[in-house]
Amino acid sequence: MLQVAQLECRRGDRLLFSGLDFEVGPGTLLHVRGRNGSGKTTLLRTLCGLYTADHGEVHWRGESIRALGEDYRRDLLYFGHLNGIKGDLTGVENLRLAATLDGDKADTRTVWAALARIGLAGFEDIPTRMLSQGQKKRTALARLILSRAPLWILDEPFTALDTDAVDLLQQLIADQVANGGLVVLTTHQEVPLTSGQACHLDLGR
Amino acid sequence: MLKVFWSVLHRDLLLAMRRRTDVLTTLFFFLIVVSLFPLGVGTETAVLRTLGPGVVWVAALLASMLALERLFAADFEDGTLEQLLLTDQPLVLLVLAKITAHWLLTGLPLVLMAPLVGMQYHLTDPAIGIMMAALLLGTPVLSLIGAIGAALTLGLRGGGILLSLLILPLYIPVLVYGAGAVELAAVELTATRPYLMLLAAFLLSSLILAPLASAAALRISIE
Repeated sequence: MLQVAQLECRRGDRLLFSGLDFEVGPGTLLHVRGRNGSGKTTLLRTLCGLYTADHGEVHWRGESIRALGEDYRRDLLYFGHLNGIKGDLTGVENLRLAATLDGDKADTRTVWAALARIGLAGFEDIPTRMLSQGQKKRTALARLILSRAPLWILDEPFTALDTDAVDLLQQLIADQVANGGLVVLTTHQEVPLTSGQACHLDLGR
Repeated sequence: MLKVFWSVLHRDLLLAMRRRTDVLTTLFFFLIVVSLFPLGVGTETAVLRTLGPGVVWVAALLASMLALERLFAADFEDGTLEQLLLTDQPLVLLVLAKITAHWLLTGLPLVLMAPLVGMQYHLTDPAIGIMMAALLLGTPVLSLIGAIGAALTLGLRGGGILLSLLILPLYIPVLVYGAGAVELAAVELTATRPYLMLLAAFLLSSLILAPLASAAALRISIE
């Protein structure tokens, strides 16, 4: 499904990694590990197509992601360091917009149900800038509930979350893998899986 | 596809409504700059009539410029821009929606304020009419061309100044023909037709090319 061949990335003059090869299929959790500054975020952003690799290519279902373009992005959900939500919009408005752009179901009931499941019942129509860090992160993560994308790329999704939210997120990731999805993530947390397989990729050695 | 265009447009307008000061600042800036000239150069009708068209257009350029910096920067800072880049929707369409919102908030109000401003400069009624028409055709061009610069200077330190240096020279044709049309209207109304046609041509060509260029620039800037 997701295949990387001879990938090399530099930021400025610094070589982060080179000659990176791996291939992961459906129903897999790929855990990218490495110390700070080893290029985890760069790798994830390259996998999304936000960065261009200096050498090598990323393939999705056998085709280059550059060539696939919008077809690849339809299959992809990326969650980065920035939450990607608007502080002046409410949780419902943010989630609705995100779902519309992703082509997911975005009717009022689904959106309210997703926010309730992520633990934001009662905070749905407050501008998100009034919420705490953890609650903002939860608002952004509610997209995972609505998403039907087979590939999730999550960059440090567990930071700023409390234990309940961590449990829920672990559950969502496990479900995605169990349903034949593919999850690539960086975290310092272990994610227990109910089915499917987990692999590790260590950067910066 | 139209649904996505509407939802991005609606989002930007909603955000502007929640942060009204940003929009109002631009409009007051325009009003104040335009009002300063009669105070400075005196109230002689002939002088003001000559100065009017040019001053209004220069003020419109600067006002449009003022809000341009925030066009993509706000989305860049909170990560919504990278999410827009990662949707399966054509980026050109999303960019066009954002530019449309920018014009509705900073260009259209200038058109509507034109009669008020025209009166300060003793412009005749037909001249005010032509000024509104010229602004209606010209201000979208300002937003469209400006978006390219805003996308290119995204995330740069001192981007605001660089943006002005990049974009203001490109505004010159709009300024020349926009102000020219208003000046001519005082003399011979029918002679303004080619000027307006040229402005319309600028609008059409930038409508096609600017969103493409801005989308490409955004992809480069986000790296």
